[in-house]
Amino acid sequence: MEKEGILVVKELSVSFRMYDKGLEQYELEVISNLNLDLKPGEIVAVAGASGSGKSLLAHAVMGLLPGNATVGGEIRYRGEVLTQKRKEALRGREIALVPQSVAYLDPLMRVGNQVRGNRPDEGRRKAQKEIFRRFQLQERAEKLYPFQLSGGMARRVLVSTAVISGARVILADEPTPGLDLEMAVEALKVFRELADEGKAVILITHDIDLAVHVADRIAVFYAGTTLELMKASDFQEGKARHPYTRALWEALPQNGFRPIPGFQPYAKALPVGCLFGPRCPRKTKACEAEIPMRKLCGGYVRCIYGD
Amino acid sequence: MKKNYYLKFAGKYLLRMVTLLIAVSIVSFVLVSFSPVDPVQQYVGSVPNVSAEQREKIAEYWGLNDPPVERFLAWGSSILKGDFGVSLLYRRPVLDIVREKFAVSLALMLTSWLLSGILGFTLGCLMGVFNGRWTDKILKKLCLTMCSIPTFWIGIVFLILFSVKLGWFPMGMSVPMGVPTAEVTIWQRIHHLILPALTLSFLSFAGVALHTREKLVDVLESDYVLFARARGESQWSILKRHGLRNILLPAVTMQFGSFSELFGGSVLAENVFSYPGLGAAASAAGMSSDVPLLLGITLFSALFVFIGNMLADIIYRIVDPQIGEGERNESYGK
Repeated sequence: MEKEGILVVKELSVSFRMYDKGLEQYELEVISNLNLDLKPGEIVAVAGASGSGKSLLAHAVMGLLPGNATVGGEIRYRGEVLTQKRKEALRGREIALVPQSVAYLDPLMRVGNQVRGNRPDEGRRKAQKEIFRRFQLQERAEKLYPFQLSGGMARRVLVSTAVISGARVILADEPTPGLDLEMAVEALKVFRELADEGKAVILITHDIDLAVHVADRIAVFYAGTTLELMKASDFQEGKARHPYTRALWEALPQNGFRPIPGFQPYAKALPVGCLFGPRCPRKTKACEAEIPMRKLCGGYVRCIYGD
Repeated sequence: MKKNYYLKFAGKYLLRMVTLLIAVSIVSFVLVSFSPVDPVQQYVGSVPNVSAEQREKIAEYWGLNDPPVERFLAWGSSILKGDFGVSLLYRRPVLDIVREKFAVSLALMLTSWLLSGILGFTLGCLMGVFNGRWTDKILKKLCLTMCSIPTFWIGIVFLILFSVKLGWFPMGMSVPMGVPTAEVTIWQRIHHLILPALTLSFLSFAGVALHTREKLVDVLESDYVLFARARGESQWSILKRHGLRNILLPAVTMQFGSFSELFGGSVLAENVFSYPGLGAAASAAGMSSDVPLLLGITLFSALFVFIGNMLADIIYRIVDPQIGEGERNESYGK
């Protein structure tokens, strides 16, 4: 049997209690049957359109969902099932989040102080200085306020918070928004370095083209579920098995730039059976049943066809 | 360069203050001259045997028949010389009265200002932390009720309850009756101060609490608090490290900006408690058409409120790095 990964997400579902017109309550399931596993030393890129549940996955793992959310399924860290209490104990120590923008830093606190965290001692101070040197942040950068940081500096400061925590699992939520290609590649390189040091990294992104360059594997999300888990090299070579992943690949400029019609369904009006069904060119009657995740060519795919 | 920055800063405020005072004096002068108050009648008062001719002479002597602009300039130039005229009510120079009454009011206003600031801020923090839970719900309803209670009414209720029924506090005035000024002790003064100060702080206290609550709720729902939570900070640590830091600034600004309410409230509170301060003097001047005193108090209160707002602004600049360092950097660059 294959050794279990450091972080395993199994059949995760997240739903929110919402209010309809008047006071009618209903449960809106935004994530269902989501699977993911992560091993030390690898980067798994989680790719998908907005609203496919990428960020919610990160929040679910860290126990940051709001009070009206219900989580189903299982999240295991080093073999141990995570309860909300365990998540609270682990976050910031074993599992770290790298947020997307400078808005996640306290606007009124100097960044050095923020990187050191709420228990600053001499060790933390030294570690912070060292990490800043490593990321080529100047000595005076620690005295700056978040609004004084440039885009690139902000990225490095945010990553510093994860590095100083010593966490084994790093969740990077859209780490490259609004960066030009060169800076984005630079930002992603940092995560590659961290993975090579033995950390496990989840890279949440919608820039799949960029992510495949640093990631080991790719998880493709669609309407709150995983459609495919595959090697990044397979994706680059155009060996996608799921029709949606194939469509993503074909939509890239270097591969033909061909979009497919339709749009991702809203969580309140999901189709029966395969969530991609209505847009799938190969849809048959059999697709309207529950589609399980199955192993295929070193990856997993949620499709009854496969070649 | 730094000196240059502060000079520019001070100059800007001075200019604003001067224009404000000119505007206030023009508006209040126009209002008074349109009012039905007859200065001669007020001056003569109830003395019966003053003939129409004598009245005409007084009017002529005072320049009441001159065109309004000329009258304004005459009044304005004597104000500039520090001559605010003589109060008809007290038969003493206006400036002396304002000074004397303000000293009395200051203790009252300062006490209630601190009281409402500290209590309101604490209560607001409490509501913000317990956002949505029963502690918050009860306190919020209480605050909304307090917001809608008029000052004079709560003053009367306090009087009935604490002075008449329980006898804990005196009925009014700032010192005990029948005691020479020299023999009044500080405790007696404080004893007289408590009820009016409590009444006055009631006005802004609930407002401060509700405002602080909103701010804290916003902060606790912000992205940076979410991130702090993701980094393993406890609720208490978040409140200490990020919450207070981010709500203190708006709270301080609001507190200094509340000088106008404080002054307005003191007029009502001082009347209910016959507290001989500036607020009571203002309403007395109004009731007995004491124009010089009324104008003097108007100008003075405008200055008072302006200083409050100015302090709020200055504190914001010093404390908030986003304004302070930004502006200083800008002026360094030039």
